[in-house]
Amino acid sequence: MIKLVPRTRSSRSLVVLTPVVAIALTVLASAILFAMLGKDPGPAVLATFYRPLTDHYALTEILVKATPLILIACGLSLGFRANVWNIGAEGQFTMGALCGGAVALAFYDVQGYWLLPLMCLAGVAGGMAWAAVPAFLKTRFQTNEILTSLMLTYVAILLLSVLVHGPLKDPEGLNFPESRLFHDSAILPLLFDETRVHIGFLIALVVVVVTHIVLWRHIFGYQIKVQGEADRVARFAGFVQNRIVWRCLLISGGLAGLAGVFEAAGPVGQLVPALPTGYGFTAIIVAFLGRLHPVGILFGGFVMALTYIGGETAQMEMQMPKAVTSVFQGLLLFFLLGIDFLVRYRVVLTTRRRSAEG
Amino acid sequence: MAEAPLLSLRGVTKAYPGVVANQDVDLTIQAGEIHALLGENGAGKSTLVKMIYGVVEPDTGQMAFNGKPYFPKSPNDARATGIGMVFQHFSLFEAMTVAENIALGLPGVVVGRELSDEIISVSENYGLSIQPDARIGTLSMGERQKVEIVRCLLQQPKLLIMDEPTSVLTPQEADKLFLTLRKLAAEGCAILYISHKLEEIRALCDAATVLRQGKVVEQCIPADETAATMAQMMIGDTPVNRVARVTRPGEVRLVVDELSLPRIETFGVDLTNISLTLRSGEVLGIAGIAGNGQSELMQALIGERRSPRPTTIRLMGNPVGYDGPEKRRRKRMAFIPEERLGHGTVPVMSLLENTFVTARDQRKLEKAGFMNFAAAARFADEVIEAFRVRAGRAENSEAGSLSGGNLQKFIVGREILQDPKVLIASQPTWGVDAGAAAEIHNALLTLADAGTAILVLSQDLDELRTISDRIAVIAGGRLSAARPAAKISVEEIGLMMGGELELEAAE
Repeated sequence: MIKLVPRTRSSRSLVVLTPVVAIALTVLASAILFAMLGKDPGPAVLATFYRPLTDHYALTEILVKATPLILIACGLSLGFRANVWNIGAEGQFTMGALCGGAVALAFYDVQGYWLLPLMCLAGVAGGMAWAAVPAFLKTRFQTNEILTSLMLTYVAILLLSVLVHGPLKDPEGLNFPESRLFHDSAILPLLFDETRVHIGFLIALVVVVVTHIVLWRHIFGYQIKVQGEADRVARFAGFVQNRIVWRCLLISGGLAGLAGVFEAAGPVGQLVPALPTGYGFTAIIVAFLGRLHPVGILFGGFVMALTYIGGETAQMEMQMPKAVTSVFQGLLLFFLLGIDFLVRYRVVLTTRRRSAEG
Repeated sequence: MAEAPLLSLRGVTKAYPGVVANQDVDLTIQAGEIHALLGENGAGKSTLVKMIYGVVEPDTGQMAFNGKPYFPKSPNDARATGIGMVFQHFSLFEAMTVAENIALGLPGVVVGRELSDEIISVSENYGLSIQPDARIGTLSMGERQKVEIVRCLLQQPKLLIMDEPTSVLTPQEADKLFLTLRKLAAEGCAILYISHKLEEIRALCDAATVLRQGKVVEQCIPADETAATMAQMMIGDTPVNRVARVTRPGEVRLVVDELSLPRIETFGVDLTNISLTLRSGEVLGIAGIAGNGQSELMQALIGERRSPRPTTIRLMGNPVGYDGPEKRRRKRMAFIPEERLGHGTVPVMSLLENTFVTARDQRKLEKAGFMNFAAAARFADEVIEAFRVRAGRAENSEAGSLSGGNLQKFIVGREILQDPKVLIASQPTWGVDAGAAAEIHNALLTLADAGTAILVLSQDLDELRTISDRIAVIAGGRLSAARPAAKISVEEIGLMMGGELELEAAE
């Protein structure tokens, strides 16, 4: 019989090694997948996982994709450490884009430096408002935030669709379900010309640093960790659990909302129904890939962004289906969780009958 | 007695790493007998019963059932042999019906007309009145217990083990349970009855085996004993040399005024009208068997649960009943909870990080929300040195890696070095080696001499008699009046622990 025994202490090096091994296994499994689809695995793997790293434009695209992932994952990691499971970042991202975009559209004929900050504020507020619903339901009625936050995601996506088909539709847009293009004052400044990398990436870096400080220097980070590790100690220390739940959800919702504005005011430049492309869900993988650690999340964001670019390369150069990106990401999560499990538990083979000395 | 006993144990021993749970235990149960297994918490009752029910295997020793050697490898073996058990915590699915739950526990039984009829006939026969199609979620604790009993009875057991059955029952339900058990016994089914409620055992049981620290210390006929003599068997009567301490109780520091709190956990205890007064410089001990309201009282005192009124708990005259733990600490209260790991400290965090749990304000470890690690390191080192905690560097030693005694010294030190006006400790030396226990006792007494008011909740009577100036007893969520420790005998405490709190009022 197979028995799982929790390891008393998981080694620190293993904790860092896990994501690396998971990435290696993902590449390996992809190679097998390519071979099964009749492609030559060697060049295929190189094209998807290595070539983007050598191409200047692909590298900048990795930064574009990593920006929302890092922003959202940093927020989620705080909650995850406190056992507050916000799974609805995708919805908060959508609401952020919607609120920020609505501000841009409201002032579409007004220029001014104040507009972008105002859009960001609106986006953060939108994401927070959307996360406040699960927070209220959890603290008041002990509702499971996994379900409520997830379900609200679909509400948000449909709301965006309704508004873009209706009130926010471009009056000169030939009835396409799209908003007006944002004008210059509502578009994020680019970091490099001829690329799509915008100033949001710098803000994501700042968020990484701030998250790090909060987690290891500030009492709020301490409260989060104590709450997650031993909630009775948190109560004994006088930390109010409901307050931690509220803060974690508001912070993760706000950051997801900010990522949403950045997406709308950055690479997309308008509101479209297809704006939410799954960054909110992928960021969950990023958070765990980065071991809920801000620096790890930074790297996790890059790796996950690479799977997007690699997936696109695989589609274009090898005529792979679009699902290939999701397959890469799914494999990565699968291996990550699998190895993680083995880090925390030992597999022990036992005889069916317990021996006498047991 | 001519015929062979139904169950006999000879020299059964079971050791776990670091503790011998049962040593050379002999136990004999006759058919049709209601046999009490008596002992304090940690005396080895549950391990013994688990061996009989096949959950754990003994290291050495013989068991025989109906004259034949009996070596259960699993509860299934035990059930096949004719042993049933009703656990203290039920294993029932709330969303399913009585019949479905019963079928789940019985191999080869399907839900249907036949099973329902059987359930009804068995339950009527023993006065248990159970509806097969009722959902478990709608049933009271007493009714759920009946379901468990019926499930056992359907297998026609020859021996029924009941683990603290009345702990979840109202007195009226308990009386009905006794009728059922007596009827079962009259039909020849033996019952092994685990409890520490002495009056109950006196009324119900034909024989009793008393365990203390894993060994059988006494066998008796409960009807021939008094609750007091049985309590003494359980606790032991080692004379205690009380340290003579000159106490000069000063001004009133803490008042608890008719504190009543309903239970929030299923197996919790309602606190009823608890009142106490604690003065500067004295140690007040609260004795009691575990699960009589100590943890509920601790929660209320720490502030993890709010009191009904602000004035229910008064600290130096100021109402603190609505304050949380943080505010109470700011007003110079300190607490040592019973569980070192997972309540007093976070196991995976270092000693350094664990100073922030309680000493943030008092030792200024926090400035505008930011953690001052230098100050925390100084404080942790101070605790480690003053209380001779054997640990590595404070920032590297995880709380969970320390031995019980060392971690407890760290926690006691962390609280004492905050110089509290009132210190409340629950089981301060539980599971701690004798050396560390003595150091902790000394530290508490020194603190009391310096004027701190100290409240100690403990199940260890020797401990309470060593350090307390006054002793009160908690039983069933009620607290007796406190009496001078020198003027209260173990016998009296034992009786009060059994629930006769009024005893001393009569004197």
